[in-house]
Amino acid sequence: MEAVNSSIHTKRRMINAVMTSLTAVCAVAVTGVLFIILGYIAIRGFSSISLEFLTDTPKPVGEGGGIGNAIVGSAMMTLLAALIGLPVGIAAGVYLAEFGKHWYGNTIRFIADTLIGVPSIIIGIFIYTLVVLPMGRQSGLAGGLALAVIMIPIVARTTEEMIKLVPNSMREGALALGAPQWRVSWDIVLPAAASGIATGAMLAIARITGETAPLLFTALNSRFYNFFYDQPMSSLTVQIYNYATGPFEAEHSMAWASTLLLVGLILVINIIVRFLTRKKY
Amino acid sequence: MTSKITISNLDFFYGKEQALYNISLEIPERQVVAFIGPSGCGKSTFLRTLNRMNDTIPIAKVSGTVKIDDKDIYAPGTDVVALRRMVGMVFQKSNPFPKSIYENVAYGIRINGIHSSKADLTDRVEKALQDSALWDEVKDRLNTSAFGLSGGQQQRLCIARALAVQPEVILMDEPASALDPIATQKIEELVVELKKQYTIVIVTHNMQQAARVSDSTAFFMLGKLVEYNRTQKMFTNPEERLTEDYITGRFG
Repeated sequence: MEAVNSSIHTKRRMINAVMTSLTAVCAVAVTGVLFIILGYIAIRGFSSISLEFLTDTPKPVGEGGGIGNAIVGSAMMTLLAALIGLPVGIAAGVYLAEFGKHWYGNTIRFIADTLIGVPSIIIGIFIYTLVVLPMGRQSGLAGGLALAVIMIPIVARTTEEMIKLVPNSMREGALALGAPQWRVSWDIVLPAAASGIATGAMLAIARITGETAPLLFTALNSRFYNFFYDQPMSSLTVQIYNYATGPFEAEHSMAWASTLLLVGLILVINIIVRFLTRKKY
Repeated sequence: MTSKITISNLDFFYGKEQALYNISLEIPERQVVAFIGPSGCGKSTFLRTLNRMNDTIPIAKVSGTVKIDDKDIYAPGTDVVALRRMVGMVFQKSNPFPKSIYENVAYGIRINGIHSSKADLTDRVEKALQDSALWDEVKDRLNTSAFGLSGGQQQRLCIARALAVQPEVILMDEPASALDPIATQKIEELVVELKKQYTIVIVTHNMQQAARVSDSTAFFMLGKLVEYNRTQKMFTNPEERLTEDYITGRFG
């Protein structure tokens, strides 16, 4: 038994202990940064949140005002983006996973990956050229479309990865019963991957809710409540940008409060996802 | 004795690699035929040519004929979906769908539109579960997840699922290899019971199992059919030296 306590083993144990603590410190550092950010936003933003702030429109500095129209605008544009981006993205992901094992699928996959890496402001310029210029003005429609373009490749790729996790034996089981390929994908594979796809979808929604750059050109901003997609539309992120770059302290505290609200909303989305996608079977 | 499936001169390729060589054999109706042989000998591949499950592999290529009830299932224009409904399959690893027990059995009935009403569907589900000797164990929890069943129960659920679409042939690919002896015994009893109505082809690594459940046995090696004979003859007085060596455990 002396071999167990030989010096080489002591050395290995020490290296093991050092490396384990090192990774633990890094893990704490990663989550620690998140908590510092969240904590700071909460401290700076909480005092400015009130019913008036949540429902009113922006007013000149010193007269209060709020971000009610920005909340509505963000919700409307995110909704539009989700209505376009989720079906298209999920369908594309199903195609890539179930039928995309050839040059065409590989090309689509490569393009989707490239598109994910394209800076979002470029998507904004793209939609500006394609939608804003022909329409003659910025609009909620253009903003929603820009967000949808950002969303589609993310949803497509996460859907594909989730579907690939569904064991092949399940597909074979359905095929062996005489199910046509499309029913196998629709009835068996999609439900089996549903919780993963929903998670990916919600994360994509959370991601676009936090986008600013693509909205600057496309949705612009608005000081009023606007319920029509053909008009410029306010959003939380652009409103934060405006408030934060303004010269007055009152504007800065509005920016903090809006940030807190935005982060809170994204947190709520994530919690809802967790709740909805609990394993049923 | 009428032949249900007639295979003639079947060759099978994975790309350039040949996996099956010139296989010819007849599978009689309402009997159990066992395929035995060492791993990689092509018995599973052969089984999967009988319901064209190998179609899902892009590089797979088949030549020769497989006739079921005198119809060549590899003839152009064959409806693979209809074929698979007629030739059910049970896999090595039980693969229930992520649905309830009831829905697992009902799925095949639904997609093939076999039922006439909701009550009929429920009757058919119950019948299939009874035929697979699972009914008494699950009747009180039909709406719970299929994943809550034990391994043996899951496998019998998969058999029930296959029975529910009223196939004529059932292919079983090592259906009991992942189960304990008691669950295995239940599956074996089931196979013997089912052959009254169905033609059954079963792949197994378990020599005793082949001897217990099958009427005829086919011994494969390196992609070739070495011997095909009545099971009783095969295990007592095989014609081929190779068969005897394998059965007595002198190799493999």
